[in-house]
Amino acid sequence: MSAIRYSKEHEWVLVDGDTATVGISPYAQEQLGDVVFVELPEIGKKIEKGKELAVVESVKAASEVYAPIGGEVVEVNNALTDAPATVNEDALGKGWFAKIKLANKSELDGLMDEAAYKAYVASL
Amino acid sequence: MRYLPLTDEDRRAMLAKIGVPSVESLYRDVPAGALLKDPVDLPRHAGELEVERAIGAMAAKNLGTGSVPSFLGAGAYRHHVPASVDHLIQRGEFLTSYTPYQPEVTQGTLQYLFEFQTQVALLTGMDVANASMYDGATATVEAVMMANRVTRRKKAVISGSLHPHYRQVIETYGEHTGFAVDAAPYDPEAREDILKKIDKDTSCVVIQNPSFFGHLIDFAALSEAAHAVGALVIAVCTEAISYGLVRAPGNTGCDVAVAEGQSIGNSLGFGGPYVGLFACKEKFLRQMPGRLAGQTVDVDGKRGWVLTLSTREQHIRREKATSNICTNSGLCALAFTIHLTLLGEAGLQRLAELNHATASNLADRLAKIPGVKLLNETFFNEFTLALPKPAIPVVEAMARRRVLGGVPVARLVAGKPELENLLLVAATETVTEADMAALETALKESLAEVK
Amino acid sequence: MADRPSGTVAAAASSGPGTISGNRGLMLEEPLIFEQGMAGRTAVDVPEVPKHQDRLGGLKRQNPIGLPGLSEPQVVRHYTRLSQKNYAIDMGVYPLGSCTMKHNPRLNEKAVRMPGLADLHPMQPVSTVQGALELIDTLAHWLKVLTGMPAVALSPAAGAHGELCGILAIRAAQVAKGDARKRILVPESAHGTNPATAAAAGYEVDPVPADARGRVDVAAFKAKLGPDVAGTMITNPNTCGLFENDIQELAAAIHSVGGYFYCDGANFNAIVGRVRPGDLGVDAMHINLHKTFSTPHGGGGPGAGPVVFSDALAPYAPVPYVVHGKGGFDLVEHDETGKAFGRLKGFHGQMGMFVRALAYMMSHGADGLRHVSGDAVLNANYLLAGLKDELTPAFEGTCMHEALFNDSFLDGTGVTTLDFAKAMIDEGYHPMTMYFPLVVHGALLMEPTETESRDALDRYIESVKGLAKRAKAGDKAYFEGCPYHTPRRRLDETLAARSPHLRWKPEEAKKAAE
Repeated sequence: MSAIRYSKEHEWVLVDGDTATVGISPYAQEQLGDVVFVELPEIGKKIEKGKELAVVESVKAASEVYAPIGGEVVEVNNALTDAPATVNEDALGKGWFAKIKLANKSELDGLMDEAAYKAYVASL
Repeated sequence: MRYLPLTDEDRRAMLAKIGVPSVESLYRDVPAGALLKDPVDLPRHAGELEVERAIGAMAAKNLGTGSVPSFLGAGAYRHHVPASVDHLIQRGEFLTSYTPYQPEVTQGTLQYLFEFQTQVALLTGMDVANASMYDGATATVEAVMMANRVTRRKKAVISGSLHPHYRQVIETYGEHTGFAVDAAPYDPEAREDILKKIDKDTSCVVIQNPSFFGHLIDFAALSEAAHAVGALVIAVCTEAISYGLVRAPGNTGCDVAVAEGQSIGNSLGFGGPYVGLFACKEKFLRQMPGRLAGQTVDVDGKRGWVLTLSTREQHIRREKATSNICTNSGLCALAFTIHLTLLGEAGLQRLAELNHATASNLADRLAKIPGVKLLNETFFNEFTLALPKPAIPVVEAMARRRVLGGVPVARLVAGKPELENLLLVAATETVTEADMAALETALKESLAEVK
Repeated sequence: MADRPSGTVAAAASSGPGTISGNRGLMLEEPLIFEQGMAGRTAVDVPEVPKHQDRLGGLKRQNPIGLPGLSEPQVVRHYTRLSQKNYAIDMGVYPLGSCTMKHNPRLNEKAVRMPGLADLHPMQPVSTVQGALELIDTLAHWLKVLTGMPAVALSPAAGAHGELCGILAIRAAQVAKGDARKRILVPESAHGTNPATAAAAGYEVDPVPADARGRVDVAAFKAKLGPDVAGTMITNPNTCGLFENDIQELAAAIHSVGGYFYCDGANFNAIVGRVRPGDLGVDAMHINLHKTFSTPHGGGGPGAGPVVFSDALAPYAPVPYVVHGKGGFDLVEHDETGKAFGRLKGFHGQMGMFVRALAYMMSHGADGLRHVSGDAVLNANYLLAGLKDELTPAFEGTCMHEALFNDSFLDGTGVTTLDFAKAMIDEGYHPMTMYFPLVVHGALLMEPTETESRDALDRYIESVKGLAKRAKAGDKAYFEGCPYHTPRRRLDETLAARSPHLRWKPEEAKKAAE
């Protein structure tokens, strides 16, 4: 079990073995406002780091969620379809988006740890 | 100038407040040489009387369908529109209001759009409908593009029953935006076997009911075959009154229903503006094009309406929008919904029956003319006649007799000798016994006259 | 991630003592038609159906539709009551930037209803519609002269449809030369339809930043040029209400790489009669007849978006079009040149809008149209001058037909642009355009148009200034509760989007009855 890491686009990653759980940060959900819809990827989809993984919609905005690491989508959080508010309520927990089987673990190196991300958000 | 409130004195005082010497100086960013010093070469301003006279003179050169026996259809139909419709849509609060982006001051528009969406969903037997499209043709191509998105496929199969303009619009979009169109030959006798064109690459099958040639279509086998390979069935209708009498697309397995709504509430107006109807199954909701009014509550807990799911639309999604549509057909949708509210279930059904009866009796009459053949076993209020002569000159000869006797198929489909003699004849509730007799006579005489 | 306020705010105010009916004087509650209809009732007396042979082939509708039945008095009252819940130009200042809400002359409504126009079928023999074709030809002539462009396609149904028309003509022209291209340059300040249109036509949208003056960044624009650029879509005057003063340089630059210049003519009203886009290097431009030429917005359409073309693109314009034939006017409905890119719409275009627009043009004439643009620009600058000390203009200097402010005058007040706009409603005004263009933070875009009087503008300025003072004085709670005096107060847009409720259903009636 490794520690949580963040991208500059405000996605988080938590790695367990060779699988990574991905979501958006509390800062991101706060900026977005009330989440009304989440468009999740198909299971089995192979995705490159930095490419569109999902779309999250508030009333007035639709934002792409980019894959912070590349790999194959092995699981998606279907509960968000009926309860998109979960992203607002528990962004780091029940509001996860997808699980990705890592293609290249070294991609994690470019991501920020908790402290670095906090400093990054404070600088915005 | 009657529409401009500012006087020269106002202008002077306002320029002083702004701190510039002239209106021209406000155009200082315009490149030198591009700013015109004098008015362009067009007439000077004119009073209401003069303008009315000039446009009235142009109007007087036309032969209006209301002044002579008229049997024109082919996607646009003359119906009687109750006087209250035009009165109500001209209320300034409807006519001069913008798209209801500010719901607190546009509850009127939003509520009628919600009612309109409900009416369209009911008529078509679908789950949901949008707040209107430009017209039937653009609604159809938007449906095809939605099917492409939903199925992630890029081939639309087009039935020979589809209106030629609709087909041409789909082909234009397909050619330039990157999807394939497999169109069947035009099908004046309803004999086509569209099933064999459907395969695993097909995103949708587009079929019109009543067909362009008037035939009524049974969707059952088609829906089954399309769904077996994961393709959608798009049911097109160009005569919305037919929904009152003919089985609805939603009840026969279709996935998307699109229509030209002109017949209800809107005048012929030489082809526009009209109103496109768009309805589909709920599972395609987030892939739908166009605006949607949705019910919600306000801070006091009272029921109200807003435009919703707008993240699909261009002003938010920009290049990822489901459609580039912004303006739609609000006021024509209002005319549609008022007329349909006036009709109600009973009125619409009876009106549809009257249309069918009138057309049925007219078909009997015309089919007896020697050399004229009725191509339809089934139809609603429009049918196809095969004439012994090319239809275009026959129609012109009838027009000289002050009868607008139908639409030649060749007017819409060029370069097809096999369609040259076909004439579409429509009869709505506006057609009288005398009109029918006039058509019968004009057609006989014109057939004799044309070589 | 986006930075936008939520649509809902906690209730803060009471609307006075309640009433038994729920009505509040002239503010009348009105149920849905489905809640007041009775099966079997109708407001249309349809004659008896004669005897006839049934030709439905067994495809007759089996089940009821579910439409409600009302009488004419109920229907008239229903829609009259609904109308009274709307704000409209007929009621007051409607300063909705980029939308051009100007007075809609009623002569135009009368003209379009003349029997010789309203009753015309689009497929009548052309010999019976010579006057209609003459009208279309006259409109085309006015548009060509006013824009300095040699050709016009009239069939597009609205602005966005016109954009598609222009982009497809560009595509067709390049494909004909065997030079299909990939990218279209679109400024970040563009209306959302521009990127949506370019993407719909299969192009990659390459955004161009704005510079500090609110114009297209010329250096950035030139840096993006290359042999794969099909063209650019530039709005002029732009969405910040400013004239793109480098427009000729941008046009020359795009032409130098074999690209075409599409101009979004949404703001043509600012320059009509004074500047011809043809003199600026434009290859195609749509004109929103419902903006510049005052056809009514009708609660969201219909519009019309004719597109004028340069000589280079004219051959690729879609069918149909009117030509001068031997015996009078003729209508070309089928392309015989092989160049036209196809057809965009059923029939011939938005004739009803053509009639209204022509009546508007003829009323103003070449001389009056110069006042239309001049007064629109004058009125906007008068607003800018009147408000610049209390609000914060987004850019230095004068503007064209609309005045743009950012939200820095609200810094530290806790009041958002949205709150401010909702407070305008209680003052009796339609709010200005908010949060657009995207390149300005918390944008407030005001377009008074030429049909507002100086008195009306003075009163408007006083209201806006008063609200700005109130916000700065720290009355955040007041703004959060606005509007207080509307038929409905702030609506829960989150609820609407999370649980879409897009139609009335019969179960709701049953539930209500229980």
